[in-house]
Amino acid sequence: MDEMPIQTGDDVVRVRQQVRTAAAENGLSLVDQTKLVTAASELARNTLVHGGGGVARIEVVKSPNGRAGVKLYFTDEGPGIPDIDLALTDGWTTGTGLGLGLSGARRLVDEFALDSKPGSGTSVTAVKWSR
Amino acid sequence: MDVGATRGRMADYLRDHRDKVIGRWSELVVAGLRGRTSVDEVRRELGEVYSLVVRVLSDADEHAAGELRAALDELSRGRARDGFTPSETALGVFSLKEAVYELVADSAEMVPEFLAFSRMVDDLGLRTFEAYSAAREQIISDQSISMMELSTPVVRLWEGIIAVPLVGTLDSARTQLVMEKLLDTLVATGADHAVIDITGVPTVDTEVAQHLLKTVGAARLLGAECTISGIRPQVAQTIVSLGIEFGDIATKATLADALALALRQAGLKVVPA
Amino acid sequence: MEQVPILKIGPTLFVSIQIDLQDDTVLRLQEDLADELAASGASGVIIDITAVEIVDSFIGRMLTMIGSISRLFDAETVIVGMRPAVAITLTELGLSLSGVRTALNAEKGLEILNGKT
Repeated sequence: MDEMPIQTGDDVVRVRQQVRTAAAENGLSLVDQTKLVTAASELARNTLVHGGGGVARIEVVKSPNGRAGVKLYFTDEGPGIPDIDLALTDGWTTGTGLGLGLSGARRLVDEFALDSKPGSGTSVTAVKWSR
Repeated sequence: MDVGATRGRMADYLRDHRDKVIGRWSELVVAGLRGRTSVDEVRRELGEVYSLVVRVLSDADEHAAGELRAALDELSRGRARDGFTPSETALGVFSLKEAVYELVADSAEMVPEFLAFSRMVDDLGLRTFEAYSAAREQIISDQSISMMELSTPVVRLWEGIIAVPLVGTLDSARTQLVMEKLLDTLVATGADHAVIDITGVPTVDTEVAQHLLKTVGAARLLGAECTISGIRPQVAQTIVSLGIEFGDIATKATLADALALALRQAGLKVVPA
Repeated sequence: MEQVPILKIGPTLFVSIQIDLQDDTVLRLQEDLADELAASGASGVIIDITAVEIVDSFIGRMLTMIGSISRLFDAETVIVGMRPAVAITLTELGLSLSGVRTALNAEKGLEILNGKT
């Protein structure tokens, strides 16, 4: 498991590159790689901009029927998300605010979990499987 | 009864009689598979599993159990791919019990050890069943993807105009495939017009309409204009009654009409020779 | 932070993005384009994203904003060379980049700009 800090814009780029490498090495198709890296970009940016910085981890996982997958973890100790349902609706088109990219990221991956409480930070996990 | 000590004694016994047990086990497995594998190949496979079983029984390290599960899963997947039945695979595991039993049958003192061992092998055998069916499901899903590939052609109608004749249901998996093929063809041919023909799509409901809109949206991001053709009368009525809006996407009854429109938009005309 | 160069050829501004885009870089590009449009009176902008592997919601919105900014200067923007994988992902994200034209390559992009005298 690789752990990466997310404190600057450069870190976000680095996270994208690492996710891209992991996805390519584990048999994800080009489109699926692109979707996963795009989701990672959204989540990393969220961690940076709304979470006040945090860390990302990449893990290679295996499904019960033997398929490889890439699992991403994003954690921050920021203010947390007060209304998760609202954050997960398609609110990004309305400009600034929480949840930007969260709903989009969810659509791009196979498994998505969000854990957040005001005052205790946020953690997001996302998995994309090879087909 | 001290389970740990019992298992430990079984581990020692297995270690001491390794060659004999593996030899007999391999014979039983090959007989069960009716000559479809070679003895050497089987000995090698089983040898690995055997060592892991011994490690698990002697509680040597915490990774042993995980490794044993992984090894059995791999074995089951391989058997599934090679067309063996799940029973054949499971029986292969159970025959380890058989091989050991033949050796300990005469010595009364190994009874508790053998019982513990027998229970363990039963669990392993059941596990191979589960791993087998998961592997078969994967094979079926792979095959249906191949079938989808074959039934999604993209054809060139004219210079700059391509068509995607869709036949069959348009679910999200199919839509992904259609989008990929359509966009790759747009790039490869430099086309700027795509006709998506849905004559062969039996039902057009809200979900199918969403998929069509997504496909058109993706093609537009590559600068292509799209026309949807093959709108049958009943389909038209369903679309309207469901309140589906195709917005500014041109729709036509037939592929021929769509071609005529695309030619017109390209500034071309068909005239008699 | 890297700066994306802007080339002026006739009445058209050309931008070719070759690097992994950081948020700051895109914002800088937007500012530079606004400056260049104001200074040059260009009537068209071509943004070539053939080399861009990832367009997320932020970058997508920036591209749409560049289109709006250009229009305020009476210029048309065409995004060219989007990769199929990127287009499929953007569609999944629900981004349609409405407000900017798109084309397969710079040549076709120019045809669009020239067609709109």
